[in-house]
Amino acid sequence: MAKPEIDEITGAETTGHEWDGLKELNKPLPRWWLWSLWACVVWAIGYWIAMPAWPLVSGYTEGLLGYSQRVSVTSALAEAKEAQSEFLEKIAALEVSSIKSDPELLRFSLAGGAAAFGDNCAPCHGRGAQGAPGYPNLNDDNWLWGGKLEDIHQTLVVGIRSNHDDTRDNPMPAFGRDEILTPAQIADAAQFVLSLSGNKVDTAAAERGKEIFAEQCVACHGEEGKGNPELGAPNLTDRIWLYGGSKEAISLTIRNSRAGVMPSWEGRLSPETIKQLAVYVHSLGGGQ
Amino acid sequence: MDYSKHKIFETNSVLLLVGILIMVSIGGLVEILPLYWLKSTVEKVQGMRPYTPLELAGRNIYVREGCYLCHSQMIRSLRDEVERYGHYSLAAESMYDHPFQWGSKRTGPDLARVGGKYSDEWHVLHLKDPRAVVPESIMPGYPWLAKRPLDAGSLSDHLATLKTIGDPYTEEMVKAASADIAAQVDPDSDGVDALQKRYPKVVVRQFDGDPTFVSEMDALVAYLQMLGTLVDFATFDASGPNLR
Amino acid sequence: MNPRPAASSAFSDVMALAGSLVAIAVGMMFAIAGKDAVIVFHGWLFTAAAAIVALIALNRMRGKGPDVDPTAYVDGPVRVATVATVFWGVVGFLVGDIIAWQLAFPILNFDLPWTSFARLRPVHTSAVIFAFGGNALLATSFYIVQRTCRARLAGSWAPWFVIWGYQLFLVLAASGYVLGVTQSKEYAEPEWYVDLWLTLVWVVYFLVFIGTLARRKEPHIYVANWFLLAFIVTVAILHLVNNAALPVSFLGTKSYIIYTGVQDAMTQWWYGHNAVGFFLTAGFLGMMYYFVPKRAERPVYSDRLSIVHFWSLIFLYIWAGPHHLHYTALPDWAQTLGATFSVMLWMPSWGGMINGLMTLSGAWDKLRTDPVIRMLVVSVAFYGMSTFEGPLMSVKAVNSLSHYTDWTIGHVHSGALGWVGFVSFGAVYCLVPWLWGRKGLYSMKLVEWHFWISTLGILLYITAMWVSGILQGLMWRAYDSLGFLEYSFVESVEAMHPFYIIRALGGLLFVIGALLMAWNLWRTVYGEEPADMRDQPRIAAAPELREPAAAVRPLAAE
Repeated sequence: MAKPEIDEITGAETTGHEWDGLKELNKPLPRWWLWSLWACVVWAIGYWIAMPAWPLVSGYTEGLLGYSQRVSVTSALAEAKEAQSEFLEKIAALEVSSIKSDPELLRFSLAGGAAAFGDNCAPCHGRGAQGAPGYPNLNDDNWLWGGKLEDIHQTLVVGIRSNHDDTRDNPMPAFGRDEILTPAQIADAAQFVLSLSGNKVDTAAAERGKEIFAEQCVACHGEEGKGNPELGAPNLTDRIWLYGGSKEAISLTIRNSRAGVMPSWEGRLSPETIKQLAVYVHSLGGGQ
Repeated sequence: MDYSKHKIFETNSVLLLVGILIMVSIGGLVEILPLYWLKSTVEKVQGMRPYTPLELAGRNIYVREGCYLCHSQMIRSLRDEVERYGHYSLAAESMYDHPFQWGSKRTGPDLARVGGKYSDEWHVLHLKDPRAVVPESIMPGYPWLAKRPLDAGSLSDHLATLKTIGDPYTEEMVKAASADIAAQVDPDSDGVDALQKRYPKVVVRQFDGDPTFVSEMDALVAYLQMLGTLVDFATFDASGPNLR
Repeated sequence: MNPRPAASSAFSDVMALAGSLVAIAVGMMFAIAGKDAVIVFHGWLFTAAAAIVALIALNRMRGKGPDVDPTAYVDGPVRVATVATVFWGVVGFLVGDIIAWQLAFPILNFDLPWTSFARLRPVHTSAVIFAFGGNALLATSFYIVQRTCRARLAGSWAPWFVIWGYQLFLVLAASGYVLGVTQSKEYAEPEWYVDLWLTLVWVVYFLVFIGTLARRKEPHIYVANWFLLAFIVTVAILHLVNNAALPVSFLGTKSYIIYTGVQDAMTQWWYGHNAVGFFLTAGFLGMMYYFVPKRAERPVYSDRLSIVHFWSLIFLYIWAGPHHLHYTALPDWAQTLGATFSVMLWMPSWGGMINGLMTLSGAWDKLRTDPVIRMLVVSVAFYGMSTFEGPLMSVKAVNSLSHYTDWTIGHVHSGALGWVGFVSFGAVYCLVPWLWGRKGLYSMKLVEWHFWISTLGILLYITAMWVSGILQGLMWRAYDSLGFLEYSFVESVEAMHPFYIIRALGGLLFVIGALLMAWNLWRTVYGEEPADMRDQPRIAAAPELREPAAAVRPLAAE
């Protein structure tokens, strides 16, 4: 049988067992420890009474407070919307172009637009809306599909080559891939396009390219190559290149065409948020 | 309390074992099993369907590369998350996920509703070189995905396996797996109608921009582009039988 | 102890040979008929391992094996696991620090599949939890159970099979991750065939352990063994349930988990949290209950507290999983259970801390003189801190801020580096001179350096993660005066950069500490005379070289 001993240092009794020289003191549970344990248990029981807690056969104990995290977040969202309702209602009622005439509403829209821009638009257009290859700079005066508030708003709603029924889309032919032009003709056309923005080019090639341009390109880009925002045709005279302005990059564009895509934001963002975004983007510097 | 009674466990290893087994079994049973019988656990919704073979292949690449270690697919029921990422996630939205990809850490943003948010080109560019489009990103680049052909031939085995463990794939879907992969990356192909019939709302596009072969990039982008797009929230009601 | 009859030993050699031949056949099947490159590679690996075992068995049958002293404790497997603890520890910490630098400087991912963060991260977590922690548990549990039962380990081949089979599991798992084989369940990433192998190893581990308990010469089972037994059986249950999967092909790596979505999430975090609860807590408490009183040469503070906190801990822990899923699509009722049981778990967890710390009463001066006991005690303090932080983070209001952020990473590491790391270091510093029959450690000064460098590293790590985690959480939910989200996600990524650098520096210090330990232990095993013998407590020496001591006297002569 176990023989309890006294531990000299603490004066406490041991249990009398020994394992490889290890012993145990026969001390009681610390009071504060036991009380704290019970306090936690009482708190838990209270929590169970108040909140959904225990699963049953065909349901669960719903708790006295009738809490549901989904009901709770829905009302939190409604409350947040309510707090903004003074502005949101006005925005919903107004044409997007009229928002800026109310300074309060403008301030609100710029803040809301900036917030939405950060998580939704910045991944492509950059945090400063500076753009990236294939994704236009939104700070300049250059607009593919128009820079007026209504234009920007419409682009946000329907997107470009998106899955929206009314999406903006005007495909440029792939002149090389679809064998409309020969590689030599494409090289000539590229020379001419380069000349439009005052680059030094092979004048003979550019002359030949001019004829090709007149046949194939003017319908969208215009006789002077200044583009047409109605058709999403970029201005070729301004030295702003979405896909690069080198001879090779331009040849590649003519050969394969480009078909940049912007998603439609209808459905993902509320109509009021899209209006705020339009106002914000318009304010970035290049709005017309 | 008479602690000497504990002797019964201290002197009998089998009793100690049985005691441990009982103590550690209760919690798991009470928390896991009711999730199978309580009807509110997986909400009744419109629009959920199993993954197309291409999406499934993309999902397997997502798993293989460990994307879940930095990206969640679970928008919590909190105001800021709903305002940033969209409608809070439903259990129904991951009802065909073996295993779930809710994640536990957001080193990158939540992806539960990333489908349709950006263009395919953006995804391809971003996966190849994240900092080319998002300079602040700390994501690794995955340039090899566009170069690797997808192992499309084995997908019917995958569908058959999932069918065995309960996903509503039909024999027809299992047999058509390879054809469905080819159809989903070629909008002009003949197989598109059948694919769309089998998998409503399927997105059919040349995802990685290279029509010469079906790459792992095609599959991954197809998967990313469908995330969070299936459930019709216009018909979803959080109350009633869906209250939980 | 009774000498084992020779016939039984010969029989087990034959069984070992038969088993390894079966294993060779299985390995060859995967190697030749395997459907993907990884399973072919793993098939060859498996075959090679089995062939080595077959050769050893043959050699023994020809009577050429080393003599086994049937009266001595079985310490060979313990030595191997101790060396493996140190090896995998260094590997695991190093990979952890590499991926920490990757988060600060993403160019370090090198845009290659095998070096990208998300493939290395499971290598890090598995290497520290299962390889470093697991080997530490294997070594100490085999050591403890023999001493506290006064019995040899059960089985002759079995303990060796457990140790080397476990190393094979680790190699299969880690090489699989790097090659892209994972089932994406955190801390349960290995695919089905590796899971099956681990199951076999674990069942044998359980049998060896319970078999040793059954043949004990002590009437009572020591508290360390309660915890170790709970660790072994619960981990077995968790592993089997969470990994239920159907392979696409029995000759391929890929499988699908049979659970889906919300049920799978619940099962996974029931597993995940109890991997913490039973692997990293119960198992290491078992370690603590031996090495703290042993090194301090003091009795355990309270046997009654041991009893109450043991049963309450194992009962309550298993419920805590849903706190990983607060505000998700897991039903509210399950979240409530997760939160409340986590809070109730606070005191049962602290029972271990109290018993660990208060065991030092009357011997606090040893903290000053013996860096090994200091390491053990500081580990218990970190244990207390993280088991307070855990329940706090389980409260839904706190969790809404902390979840998905670095706060969780910091929390895990205060437990992993502070508790699991330090208690294992302390145990290994004890074990090596004891197992290799040395008079002490090569250098106590190096232990001091290890202690202070690592402590500084941990503090840098966890404070950086607290700040970055809370900052992240606050930025995500920050609103401006008009009610719009104030920061975009990517702004929060940018804000993390300085903290990621501090964290990686902290991790680097921890790696350096572990390298100092490896050097010190290497010199000790190598047989170097301790450089500072006067600084070593008497308990540092192997049992057979120790001066006797008496701290307790009989109550009364009977």
